[in-house]
Amino acid sequence: MIQAPSLPQRLRRHFERWLFRIDRPESGPIRLQQRRIFVLPSGAGLAFAGALLVMLLASINYNLSLGYALTFLLGGIGVTGIVHAFRNLLHLEIRAARCEPVFCGQPARFALHLENRRGTPRPALRLSTDAGSTLLDLPSEDAAEAQLSRPTTRRGWLPLGRVIIETRYPLGLIRAWSIVQPDLRCLVYPAPETSPPPLPIGGQAVHGKCPPAAGDDDFAGLREHQRGDSPRHVAWKALARGAPLLTKQFAGQAGNEIALDWHSLPHTLPPEARLARLAAWLLAAHAQGRTFSLRLGTHSLPRGSGSRHLHDGLRLLALHGLSDEG
Amino acid sequence: MKAEARRTALWLLGAAALTVAPHALHLPAWLSALCAALLAIRGIGLWHPRARLPRLAVLVLALTGAVAVKLHFGHFFGKDPGIALLAALLCLKLMEGDSARDVRAAVLLCFFLQLGLFFYNQTMGIALLALGGTLLATVALLSLHLVAAPPAMQLRTGALLLGQALPFMLVLFILFPRVQGPLWGLPADAYSAVSGLSDSMSPGTISQLSLSDAIAFRAEFAGEPPPAAQRYWRGPVLNDFDGRSWRARRPALAGEPAYTPSGPTLAYRLTLEAHNPRWLLALDYADRGLSGVRYASDFQLLAEQPVRSRSRFDLRSRPDSLVGRQESTATLTAALALPATGNPRARALAAELAAGTDSPRAVLERTVAHFRGGAYAYTLSPQLLAGDSVDGFLFDSREGFCEHFASAFVFLMRAAGVPARVVTGYQGGQINPVDGVLVVRQSDAHAWAEVWLPGEGWQRVDPTAAAVPQRIEAGLGDAIRAGDPRPLLMRPQFSWLVQFRHRWEAISNHWNQWVLGYNPDRQRELLAGLGLAQADWRTLGVMMSAAAALLFAALLGWAYRQHRRQDPLDRAWAAFCRKSASRGLPRQPWEGPLDYGRRLVHAFPGQAAELERIAQQYAQLRYRGPAGRSDVRALSERIRRLKLR
Repeated sequence: MIQAPSLPQRLRRHFERWLFRIDRPESGPIRLQQRRIFVLPSGAGLAFAGALLVMLLASINYNLSLGYALTFLLGGIGVTGIVHAFRNLLHLEIRAARCEPVFCGQPARFALHLENRRGTPRPALRLSTDAGSTLLDLPSEDAAEAQLSRPTTRRGWLPLGRVIIETRYPLGLIRAWSIVQPDLRCLVYPAPETSPPPLPIGGQAVHGKCPPAAGDDDFAGLREHQRGDSPRHVAWKALARGAPLLTKQFAGQAGNEIALDWHSLPHTLPPEARLARLAAWLLAAHAQGRTFSLRLGTHSLPRGSGSRHLHDGLRLLALHGLSDEG
Repeated sequence: MKAEARRTALWLLGAAALTVAPHALHLPAWLSALCAALLAIRGIGLWHPRARLPRLAVLVLALTGAVAVKLHFGHFFGKDPGIALLAALLCLKLMEGDSARDVRAAVLLCFFLQLGLFFYNQTMGIALLALGGTLLATVALLSLHLVAAPPAMQLRTGALLLGQALPFMLVLFILFPRVQGPLWGLPADAYSAVSGLSDSMSPGTISQLSLSDAIAFRAEFAGEPPPAAQRYWRGPVLNDFDGRSWRARRPALAGEPAYTPSGPTLAYRLTLEAHNPRWLLALDYADRGLSGVRYASDFQLLAEQPVRSRSRFDLRSRPDSLVGRQESTATLTAALALPATGNPRARALAAELAAGTDSPRAVLERTVAHFRGGAYAYTLSPQLLAGDSVDGFLFDSREGFCEHFASAFVFLMRAAGVPARVVTGYQGGQINPVDGVLVVRQSDAHAWAEVWLPGEGWQRVDPTAAAVPQRIEAGLGDAIRAGDPRPLLMRPQFSWLVQFRHRWEAISNHWNQWVLGYNPDRQRELLAGLGLAQADWRTLGVMMSAAAALLFAALLGWAYRQHRRQDPLDRAWAAFCRKSASRGLPRQPWEGPLDYGRRLVHAFPGQAAELERIAQQYAQLRYRGPAGRSDVRALSERIRRLKLR
């Protein structure tokens, strides 16, 4: 369950929205400008400042000229640290890279692409969401990918949300940070039912063991290659003749067609449970190499097979009854 | 232990060792040994995890250490026990763990201890050591965040931070409104004993002092320095004799001298090392109208406050002044007082010297002649004299140091009925050929006599000079009998060392004057030199903030500059992409130049040829070998002229 945010949390969110002027995900690469980088002393920095104050008082009290010098040198180091921390974030580019769909319950893994166009490295960058954080060093003139994961509790779109990118480089006395909201969301499929009834072959639930898919002997034709197709089915000969990458289709795969339909499920089953069962069946059908179609109220998926088809089906399930915006 | 954590631990260990090592000079020996052992265990423990102290042992050590410090010093409050506790704490902290928090705490302790070093010593060498310790401690902090970098890189980055902090340090050091401390009462041990004259003298006190090469003060003369034989720097005047020791009386103080200064003036600047009492060491006799000083009735010059730090005084002296012509009876009576008994042979000699004349001057001349012809030897290690020390010196051992001569002479004068007293101070000094500053060391400490003659006042008489003229003319080194112990640098075979020392001391003098002696007065002087005669703390604060803000802006500029160093070809292409983006067609991150060009051509068919050429040229320059500078310039010019319609 998601709890309603408490008042301080809400206030804080409002404040940050005003401060950072982010109210929706930012599309395109985000380049951290001076306006959105914030710098404040960390807890260690405050302790350091307190120590310097004590040292200054001691120097005054005992008239220690070199004491003044040491205190001021350390103060200078602290001030220099502000600029170093700021510089460590300045003009850093962040881009939404990708996010693979996951089943509900699995952590969603968001990949952010960080790019450093500068000739000096950017060490000790920490990216964090409210669910976790990751630490990375970015070498000079290089790019790196940061992985952020969030737990998933509901199907549908899960936006990455606000990401705090912060650094305590160089001495840990200063924290420089910025808040970004890259336009990256994760499609969360419904969690498949753990022990679903067997696949309904031909529209009917089949009891007993599923017959195995037919062999590879009945060549039915060629279709465009899709990611996930078995390399054994690639039309290598055609490829050698200069044709694009094609996949051989066999009659056997079309043999046991499955039509999955929302409405054919028992009406007593709650909607989420139905989605879970359909998800489990889609997975089972795909695992067995069957062709399947899916009807889901107004949306439907024509017959097909292959992993792309599977994901189209799961996507329909994930977004069922939700707006596409997430 | 992971390599990164070990690296941090090593930097920290280095910082701690560099910080604690110089403290060994004044820490109790057992504590120095404990610290060394702990640091060694820590070093070994980095490679052999078994060689670590268990937590309980650390705790027990900490508690015993605290108790031992209490037992050793007798109290906890004060700088000595404080520093001892901090040193123990730092070494124990290193045993505790490797977490970032532990490292930070240890680094703060290092900084405190580096400050603590300056309580004892503020020379350039110590400053360098502290700077090294600061660098290592900074690198230790840095290595927590610069984990993957090789050590050389960590050190370089630390040095960069320190280098960028130096201008801030200079600005703050010069402009921070200085306050003359102390702000509150200092603990009793704030000023540890320093060598120097004291307000009493017994056989052996000055000869002990004479073995020390430490600088007592420096004097910088406005004109030509007076010859060595006239350089008598007056310290405490000792009047009361108890048969063995001479003691000073508390003189009356006034804002003006008790005499009329006359004759030529010598102006000089005295830079006195900290010696704790109030007296200054002025050349006889101080002129009137000096600021920041008080005049004592025995012609000493005193500072307003005890001289607890190296201090500078601008003084003048009028050596030819006649002093004490109208001396009070009380003073003269005191200058005749002797113990009722003791030293019978000396009293007999005095009676002999005074026989047949009632002129004090004649008595004086006879006594001086006695010293001149008495075959007395000058030595730093005279025989110990028990009982009647004056008799023992005059008739038996016949060897002694200036205090023996002065003491015996004054005794004889008093016994003969002539008011006399002992004056201690310094005599001579050496001119540093490098900067022309006269340097007076503890080894120049001296004692002489002052005799009151009716109508003439107090007259300086140096019985040592009478017996051993070389002492005054050529200095101590030549006056001592060959084979006697003498200060190292007064040995002839070390003349090259003397040369080196002259140079070093000239530099040290600048360091003392401008770095260590930089106080509220010096700050005002400097600002007055800059045309800010009446700079109060507010002006200083504004100036300091402005200067710091400028430095900060310069640093920010440095932070930005790093980004502008872009390839001109990249810059040109970025300008092209910006132009197109402003027309609603930004380049997608995955789009190559040719693809992008094609898309733009679709959108702006009217400029197809130009767009295509730009995309193609860029692709060629970018991907086909090194780009010629003129080609790049031509392309960027083309892009600059492009107007998308």
